[in-house]
Amino acid sequence: MTLGERERAEPYRWQRFTLAERLGRFLIYLVSAAIVFWALRTLDVFWPWVWSAPTEIADLFGRMTPPDLRRGDEILRAMLETIHIATLATFLSLFIALPTAYIAAQNTTPNGVTLWIGRFILVATRSVNTIIWALLFVAIFGPGVMAGILAIAFRSIGFTAKLMAEAIEEIDRKPVEAVVAAGGDKGKIVLYGIVPQVLPTFLAVTILRWDINIRESTVLGLVGAGGIGMILQGAIDTFQWQTAATILIAILIVVILGEVVSSALRKRVI
Amino acid sequence: MLRITDLTKRYGTGELVLKGLTLEIGGAGLTAIIGSSGAGKSTLLRCINRLVEPTSGSIVVDGVDVTGLRGRRLRHARRSIGMIFQGFNLIDRLSVMENVLSGRLGYVGFAQALTRRYPQADIDRAFTLLERVGLQDFVNTRADTLSGGQRQRVGVVRALMQDPKILLADEPTASLDPKTSQQIMSLTRELSEELSLPVLVNIHNVHQAKEFADRVVGLRYGTIIFDGAGSDLDDAALDRIYEGTAGRGDEHGDETVGADARGGTVASP
Repeated sequence: MTLGERERAEPYRWQRFTLAERLGRFLIYLVSAAIVFWALRTLDVFWPWVWSAPTEIADLFGRMTPPDLRRGDEILRAMLETIHIATLATFLSLFIALPTAYIAAQNTTPNGVTLWIGRFILVATRSVNTIIWALLFVAIFGPGVMAGILAIAFRSIGFTAKLMAEAIEEIDRKPVEAVVAAGGDKGKIVLYGIVPQVLPTFLAVTILRWDINIRESTVLGLVGAGGIGMILQGAIDTFQWQTAATILIAILIVVILGEVVSSALRKRVI
Repeated sequence: MLRITDLTKRYGTGELVLKGLTLEIGGAGLTAIIGSSGAGKSTLLRCINRLVEPTSGSIVVDGVDVTGLRGRRLRHARRSIGMIFQGFNLIDRLSVMENVLSGRLGYVGFAQALTRRYPQADIDRAFTLLERVGLQDFVNTRADTLSGGQRQRVGVVRALMQDPKILLADEPTASLDPKTSQQIMSLTRELSEELSLPVLVNIHNVHQAKEFADRVVGLRYGTIIFDGAGSDLDDAALDRIYEGTAGRGDEHGDETVGADARGGTVASP
């Protein structure tokens, strides 16, 4: 008997979902739509302003062109300050992130309490937005780059330490076993068993965070914590839209450059 | 050199993996431990340098009972026990020389280990051993670029860097092709003679056990059921060691036959 000759009373039937499953899926669509509708109703959006947006955009674009380059020097200096803030903050965050990663990784943390402390630092620093950190540090240190550097650094600790801790947890146990068998203590296990395995990830994570920090530091100035954002805020407040346009373009260029540099660097270390 | 008395090991609340094992290894010479998977070979070896914690019994290495040791004294005891691993256990991103020198980690301080400033005597010994195993041209090569046989030779040299009193080898050739496997076994045998070093090898390959070992110990379900010269290891002895165990497939044999039979009916027209 071959496949073609087989005779059947009724055709084959196949369905991806059962009736109950299809009803369930329909219910999910319905609930999603209801949530969107509810949110729009509650938020009280002023629709005339939404409909007039195209005209406003055209108007703003008109006021922004051509970009005003007269304050170029000042913008360039502020941009450089922004990059320095990002770099210093990334460097500073490493000093706290490295030990945090060590105690937040299950296989290296000394005990349950340190693991808990490590996890707490991860969550606490990460869950607070950079701008909130900046507001806090402006209140403590006054306006300026110091507040900006600390804000970026604090926000970076959780991110960097979490990824580094994960890298530590994923190491191959075999080299560690070899160091133990040779009579090595904890310090040498870290030096020879762990560090060589996690170093590429550590470098990649640091570079990635530096790239993110450049983007973050461009908005610090909005709350008075230094960088290009300070001039941007000033330009907007005084309706100098052409200068604001130049600043926005400068930010875009620097962010793209940061992306290019960081991805090139990351390729080299992995 | 090594005296194991009434050694037992139980993982968690499971069955005893080692059931009151007693074994004495004298001076130089290569002792092969054979037995099917799950017989306890690896556990036995790892109890000796305490990579695995024995449940009870005593293990005396070079006059020191290692079972009760902790901290610094345990680390010092481990220095005199070299180990070669099935998976080589090299540090992939480091150079051959760094891997070899890592055998001295029980002797040097943290700062020395960090800056790679090892004593000249260690470096001399490393070069001598690397030349002995034919790796003198790979000193600064990254370990992960070497072939399997070369990697295991680095593993052997690293173990010998410890200046061990005894060498343990846990399936040192199981990850290698037959020819390379043979080379590593002869190298181990030769080095054992040259350094008058007792060597304890876990091995799956019975032919190699007979060829290279002065003494063969047969392990089954955590008990020694054969102990003698390789030439005494006849078919009857092998049957006793492997009979009814998963290693020879007898236990699963029926299932395999059954599956084949079922497969047969499906396949037949």
